[in-house]
Amino acid sequence: MMRIFDPHIHMTSRTTDDYERMAAAGVRALVEPAFWLGQPRTSVGSFTDYFDALVGWEPFRAGQFGIRHHCTIALNPKEANDPRCRQVLGVLPRYLEKDGVVAVGEIGYDSMTPEEDEVFAAQLALAIEHSLPALVHTPHRDKARGTVRTIDVVRESGIAPGLVAVDHLNELTVAPVAESGCWMGFSIYPDTKMTAERMVSILREHGLERMLVNSAADWGRSDPLLTRHTGEAMLAAGFTDDDVDRVLWRNPVEFYGQSKRLDLSDLSNATSSTFQGNSILRGGS
Amino acid sequence: MSDSLYDALAAELTDTVWLDTALETVSRQPSAIARLFPAAGRQCGRWMLTSLPGWAVDDAARVLLLTALPEEASTEVASLYRYGDAAEKRAVLRALPLLPVPAAVVTPILLDALRTNDTRLVAAALGSTLDRPAAARHLTAAAWRQGVLKAVFMQLPLADVADLDERADGEFATMLAGLVQERAAAGRAMTADATDLLRRLEERVT
Repeated sequence: MMRIFDPHIHMTSRTTDDYERMAAAGVRALVEPAFWLGQPRTSVGSFTDYFDALVGWEPFRAGQFGIRHHCTIALNPKEANDPRCRQVLGVLPRYLEKDGVVAVGEIGYDSMTPEEDEVFAAQLALAIEHSLPALVHTPHRDKARGTVRTIDVVRESGIAPGLVAVDHLNELTVAPVAESGCWMGFSIYPDTKMTAERMVSILREHGLERMLVNSAADWGRSDPLLTRHTGEAMLAAGFTDDDVDRVLWRNPVEFYGQSKRLDLSDLSNATSSTFQGNSILRGGS
Repeated sequence: MSDSLYDALAAELTDTVWLDTALETVSRQPSAIARLFPAAGRQCGRWMLTSLPGWAVDDAARVLLLTALPEEASTEVASLYRYGDAAEKRAVLRALPLLPVPAAVVTPILLDALRTNDTRLVAAALGSTLDRPAAARHLTAAAWRQGVLKAVFMQLPLADVADLDERADGEFATMLAGLVQERAAAGRAMTADATDLLRRLEERVT
């Protein structure tokens, strides 16, 4: 059985059907980064309630399906531009001390504004202060230059590149990140960011070291099983079971394990007994 | 009261350096608890204590940290709950019977926990701690009935509900009977402790 650690997936936007299918496909652990919810938020309170869910309700929900849930906490780049949301920076230290928080993220650039510069740098400093890795989103628009600028900001911050994952890469942005010493994240999507087959070609060319493959499944058109699909595409292309295990399990464990807060104990027994037909799954009354 | 908790915990830790330092720091500088409280699990551990059934290491360590707060710093309790993850919230709930906090602080915390669908929080809100009077005594009869019926709904072990038979009144018996009938109509089973409770309550009336 392929064991899968999805290093980037937004379970808050997914149903219990997804959890059930993910568990059946071999997903045993995941990290849910704090991000934009589609609808702009207008106050700090909406963020703290969201963060509370990421360290409270969502891990409980995942646990019902035998899946270990961790998260990353940050003010995302898009909302960093909204003055109503900036005070979120003030509540972050409290959340960055939680057991389930294994990185600062998603941080980085959306439109590459001066506000984003400031918030990105401030949150890299928080990662250093709280001894956490950082998960960095790269922009959809002007991606190649955005990625290079991201690497510059990471370098200036003084954080060790090995503590940083630069995410949503593609054929054009992987090389500078590989050179920087940061981890390389790829989001496999049904028809946009990256496909399983293109991912296999990238792994052939750049090797398996510091490579992270995620589904980044969220409220948009996406598929939480594309990690598994990528593993199968790797096997079909001649990679070994051990190669697949390295990319889909050992690499994300190594990256987030640097937080010293990853808890994967007792996972083999965790195919939860509460799961089978128990009314707890319906969420009580 | 918390001495027995400390002894049970200390007996199972490899060393108590972190715990002792944290307890001393909190008693001297209460605001430090905001950073020490979430760290208790990764510093001390999370296994179940063998000498104290129902207590995990992190629960015990967090409850002790709360009892180390000076009385005038009990305002920290509400904000630790507000910003707590599920394990921290559970520890606050379990500590409430041991803390000098007024009902005005206790009741909103219990009601928040009972609104969640997290079985660990609902159980902790209705349970007792080290034979102390349960925090749930501050709940109104209506809130307590709803809470316990929710526990039945979630199939929580009713043995962990404090003062169960003492507080279960005729109104609660009616509500429980309604749930039993609804489940029977749907062909779904009830847990034995719930049907036993209903039988006890009905026998009391006749």
